Formats: sequence, C-alpha cells, structure tokens
Amino acid sequence: MAIDIYKINPEFRDIMPKEIIDLEENATWAQNQKKPRGIKEMPDTKEILEEHSLCAGCPEAAALRYVLAALPKPEETIIVNSTGCTSLMFPHIALHTVHSLFGNQNAVATGIKRVLDWRFPDIEKDVVVLAGDGATVDIGLDYTLQSFFRQENITTICFDNEVYANTGGQESGATPKGQVFKMAPTGKKFEKVKMWELATTAGCHYTMNMTASAPKAVAKAVREAILVAREIGPTFLNIYTPCILEIGLSANEGLGEMKDQDKDRFASYKFVSPEAEEFLKKCKAEGKL
Amino acid sequence: MANQGPAYYSPYPAAIYEGVITPPEGKALLLEEVVDEEIAMREIAKQMLTKENATIFPGPQVLYGYNDEAKKKATLIKEMAEVLNANMIPMYDYRPKYPKIDAEIEINPNHPNLTIWHNNIKAAIFIGVHCHYANVALKMVRCETDCYTIAICGLSGHEDAMATLRDQHSSELEKFIKIAREVKAELKL
Repeated sequence: MAIDIYKINPEFRDIMPKEIIDLEENATWAQNQKKPRGIKEMPDTKEILEEHSLCAGCPEAAALRYVLAALPKPEETIIVNSTGCTSLMFPHIALHTVHSLFGNQNAVATGIKRVLDWRFPDIEKDVVVLAGDGATVDIGLDYTLQSFFRQENITTICFDNEVYANTGGQESGATPKGQVFKMAPTGKKFEKVKMWELATTAGCHYTMNMTASAPKAVAKAVREAILVAREIGPTFLNIYTPCILEIGLSANEGLGEMKDQDKDRFASYKFVSPEAEEFLKKCKAEGKL
Repeated sequence: MANQGPAYYSPYPAAIYEGVITPPEGKALLLEEVVDEEIAMREIAKQMLTKENATIFPGPQVLYGYNDEAKKKATLIKEMAEVLNANMIPMYDYRPKYPKIDAEIEINPNHPNLTIWHNNIKAAIFIGVHCHYANVALKMVRCETDCYTIAICGLSGHEDAMATLRDQHSSELEKFIKIAREVKAELKL
C-alpha cells in the first residue's frame, strides 16, 4: 500500500515539527527497521504521536501501541475503526485506517477485504477492525456477528472499556451488572455481554478475552489472530482497556486495574478451532510466530 | 414570526452571505471583484512582498509526497517562498490540538487565528489545504484578524479569502512565480 502519503516532501522537512518527522522515520511500517519489528522494538519505534487525543494515562493508547507493534505486515494492513475513543487515535498514527459509521465497522471491513483480495490476488492483505465495546457489542453487534457467520477473513479487536466513555459515561452491553456511571445513575440492570463467547459460537476460529496488562501476551494474540484470519476465517480479541476517568482512577492506576481484572471479569479465555490450531503449528514451524 | 435562514446561526460572517462567490473558470477573485488571473497574481505578489511577516501555510496535500504532482508542487512552493521572502508554517494536522498548539511552528484550521496573532502575520497564502478545512480556517481568519488571506486552490477557490486563485496546478504555480519575480523587480525589493 502507498506509504508515500506519510513521507514528508524534502522541501518541508525543516518546517515540520519533530514528532511528525519521528513518526515518519520510526513508525509502524517494517522497512524502516533494521530487523523485523515487534513488541521488543517498541522503545525504538513510534506508533503514535505523543500529543495524541486520548486522556493522560489511558490504557487504550498503550494497547494500540501493542497492537500496531504486533502487526505481521503493517504496510499491507488496513485498520477499520468506528466512532468512539479509539477513533480519536487514528489520525495520529502512520498507518492506513478507514473510519466507518458507528457500528458499521465489520461490514465496511468485509467490503475492503473482498476488494483487496480481488485487486491484489498475489499479495497478502490484512484487514483489522479495531473498535470499542459500544460499536462492537451494542450498535454494531449485528454487523459484527454477521461477518463472523459469513466467515470473513478479518480480525476484529474490541477495546472493551465497558462504557461509552467519550460521550460522558453511558452504560454499554459490555458494562458489568450494577455498575454506576455518570449517565447511568441507577446502575446496570443486566449482566455484561460475553462477546468472546458469542464470537466463538458465531464461528470465529480464534477468540480471546484478555486485558492489555501484558504487552507480550497482547502482541502474541494479535499476531496469531491476524495470521489465522488471513488463512482460515474470522478471529476476535476482546481486550480490556479501562476508562480510568469513568471508573474514578487516576492516570497511573490503569495498569493496576487491568492486572486486577486479569483474575476477574477478564480472566483469560481462549478458543482456537482445530483448523486454526493446526495452522498456527505450521506458522510456528515456519518461523512466522 | 422568525424567518431567518441558517446563515444567521453562523458565528462568523461569511463572504457568501454578502454575495461574494467563487470566481468562474479562468478568472480569480480579489476581495469581491472577479478579475483576470494575471491581475490577481500581481496583486497577490505585491501583498506578500510588502506586508509584514508574509507567510505560506502549506497543507497536507503538498506536505506529503504521495504523487508526482505533490512533489513538484513542494519544490515550487519552496521556490515561491524564496521569491516572496515569505516564512512557511505547516498545517499538517487538522485535529484540534489541546491543551494548546505551538503557534510559532504550526497552524491548525480549528484555531488559525492563534498562529496569525502570535506571529503578527499580515499576509498569508493557504495552499494544499483540503477545501473544507480551508473554508473553516479562512472564515475565522477573515473575522478575527487583519491578515490579507490568499487561497491558491486546485479546485474552485475560496470566497472567504481576500484573494483567490482557482485551478492552480504546478504549471500555474510556475506562472505565479514568474509574475512574482517581475513584481519583486518592479518594487525594487
């Protein structure tokens, strides 16, 4: 794909701010790196501008860096996102992204993936959906599940913060029962929708529920999910990225919250279909993992 | 009975509500007057050469080398800045910048007046800015500053700029640079 859209014309390099130059030189695509990039290279790479639009200490910013660092072929990847906190970050990364209408992300990703496969039959193109729980579990549930039913070759990642955060704190389907938010003052009346179980039932070949507390675990899951989606069928990752503002934590408490939830609502759940398991063994033998 | 149209909800006076519209093909706009392109180019060059802290604001369509035309335009804009003795401040990101922008090194379409105030810019060229953001920025600048704004646009032009050149591609930029050199010589600068 044309990464030229992120290459600054040499005539203007002297007037561009340093963080934009840094993003061009050390961003997500692999050919800038001396060796294949991954989670270990994060200290030397720059997935997102420092002055991104998320709140200070927001775990989503860290989780996005883990996801981007783990993409097997960033130059051949398109991320489809939807309305929500996640959509605020995408103008500040150097990777092709498409913003869809709220909830439509899996339908849009389906179209993009099919056209890419038709247009570039000899090149592996990865389409990754990255949206919040409102877009995935509530407003876009139909589109999400239908893409799983149709066995589309896309990876869906839900950054689950259990709330509509950037609109002021309304409950979502992913909110746990009893949770009170500013705009849900009487507390959630029903249980959290276990989207990862729905995804497995709907036909996903690789499903995980986890938090973003462990970068290596997130990176491994992302890489495996994308490889499986490329060859076998739909995959789904539900990653807890708490909204520290809405649950009353300070900027340095996000990681602790995720670690706590590793043993609770986001206790590890992993489903890998037999075909996907076989394929991942092959990938490991070939050194792709 | 209230009978006001949506114009009255606009917080800024827009040129179009005063009957100013973009120029027809082959023409240019100077304030509210449709003129020949060459006349506008001469006036633009004069304004840029004589006003305080003249600045060019290149937008993403020329900042990034995504095709040959963008690369060629970048070279020409650099040359244009040298001929006009103008500074350059990039408009590289359209998102509102919070808590604040660094007005010395960047301009943002959501609060362009801050950069113009901070740098005391009295004449400015917008080039390579996507039309919808140019429209937003030019309205604010027109209302809140005394900066003489110039839109060098690849499409239909912008009526909110004091001077508008439309359908400007690399060949037209070459023509403008040639005229700017002539004006500079006439002004003995």
